[in-house]
Amino acid sequence: MNSLILAEHDGHKLKPATYRAVSAAQHWQLPLHVLVCGHQADSIAQEAAAIQGVAKVIHVDAPALAHPLAEDMADVIVHISSDYQVILAPHTAQSKNVLPRVAALLDVAMLSDVVTVVGPQTYVRPIYAGSVYATVESSDKVQVITLRASSFAVAATGNDAPIVALNVSLEGAAKYGVRWLAQSLNVSDRPDLASARVVISGGRSLGSAAQFQAILAPLAETLAAALGATRAAVDAGFAPNDIQVGQTGTVVAPELYIAVGISGAVQHTAGMKDSKVIVAINYDADAAIFQVADYGLVADLFEAVPALVDALR
Amino acid sequence: MKILVAIKRVVDSNVKVRVKPDGTGVDIVGVKMSVNPFDENAIEEALRLKERGQATEVVAVSLGTSACQDVLRHALGMGVDRAILVETDAPLQPLGVAKLLKAVVEREKPNLIMLGKQAIDDDAGQTGQMLAALLGVGQGTFASRLEVHDSEIHVTREVDGGTETLALRLPAVVTADLRLNEPRYVKLPNLMMAKKKPIENYKAAEMGVDISPHLTVRHVAHPPLRKAGIRVASVHELVEKLRSEAKVVS
Repeated sequence: MNSLILAEHDGHKLKPATYRAVSAAQHWQLPLHVLVCGHQADSIAQEAAAIQGVAKVIHVDAPALAHPLAEDMADVIVHISSDYQVILAPHTAQSKNVLPRVAALLDVAMLSDVVTVVGPQTYVRPIYAGSVYATVESSDKVQVITLRASSFAVAATGNDAPIVALNVSLEGAAKYGVRWLAQSLNVSDRPDLASARVVISGGRSLGSAAQFQAILAPLAETLAAALGATRAAVDAGFAPNDIQVGQTGTVVAPELYIAVGISGAVQHTAGMKDSKVIVAINYDADAAIFQVADYGLVADLFEAVPALVDALR
Repeated sequence: MKILVAIKRVVDSNVKVRVKPDGTGVDIVGVKMSVNPFDENAIEEALRLKERGQATEVVAVSLGTSACQDVLRHALGMGVDRAILVETDAPLQPLGVAKLLKAVVEREKPNLIMLGKQAIDDDAGQTGQMLAALLGVGQGTFASRLEVHDSEIHVTREVDGGTETLALRLPAVVTADLRLNEPRYVKLPNLMMAKKKPIENYKAAEMGVDISPHLTVRHVAHPPLRKAGIRVASVHELVEKLRSEAKVVS
């Protein structure tokens, strides 16, 4: 029996989260296979084959996988599932969409956002916005899991695993009546939020979308950082939803997290409290964010952030 | 179009839950309970579709103990046409809930099934997708926009890095993101009227569904609190610390 990782990629390269899932998979001491689904994804399959700890790469290539549907991805995984005792992926929008479908089709439970693998069927995962950690045991013969990527180390490269091409007929469109129509991706020069070394996040105090950019972008540029936002800032229209950090957005754990004008509601800190160093800049000395910050600066962000940019240059 | 909305009774988002001293579970005796916020977005979207003449009936369903009647009354107060309680005292997990909802779907035959994208207590985010798989239908998860086009719907959904739009043939399952809409407040007169409306009751045990849990919670605990650090007096001092002490900037 083997374990299988559903690779996460952007059409060109693997996402760092996939490397972290490979590390996590070592806990089971089973031969590890990586499933790469994509269109013209040869280089991605090769990248996966180079990760240490990978025994085999399974590559499914089809035009329909340029914009993969959960229905097709789940069917591919179920098609090969009899070889696997563990099916896992980093906890992302893709895996959240696909893996529960796989679990239901296999009639097994799923564990979402696992932070620790305690045993082959026992895990720790956050509940109640991360204010409680639950140790959970699964009785299923097949374990279907998403992992909080930031809890695991990036696996090294230097491997040369075999790549096996797999042909699976994809009937998602016809069978389930689903068609991909369009996408709208926010293009940015900045690093990907989920894997950035430094994250600068803004709250609703920034006041407007224009100020959110005007104040935070220079700091992000100076530190080669990704931008994040609270739910309040996103709801107010100051930032796009895909950079929301928190319980219902993205969970990050960068080396440095700078929270600008953020009060520190538990739903937000759930998404960043594992950062190595947390800095908080807030006008309100009593803001909850200061309870999790390593360095807290009580100041007006409209003065402090530009001053910080100057001091760093 | 008939819409079925599945809603969950959860600890209110403002409550700070405490773990029982013996670590066997979370202490929710006497705490405020509410409709899961994302499920409210699902109810709201269904009601708007009806108000636009694109749906004919909205049915809310909740699964659990008889206490779930309070969230069903909230849904009736918002304006759903009917409310169903699938009653059980047994512990429910996403796979079991999906199987029960499949049985409800087979009885009610809705054209569209909506749920919130995740429940804020277990933060699992699985039930909608599991239900879609069991029904053999398409899914539009984390929906921030929904449009009806004849016998299909167009769902714009949140993905890492942006959004994508899918066309789904009905029946389909949609899970709601916060961005889908802003749920209406229930006015007091509507809540009073809702108290008089009937709530249909199905007993989960009689629905021929295996809901035995596959997962066992062994232990719960609060994670170690991150220690509060220091206050810095100035930007200058902050940069000093980040460079020499934390060594995270150059």
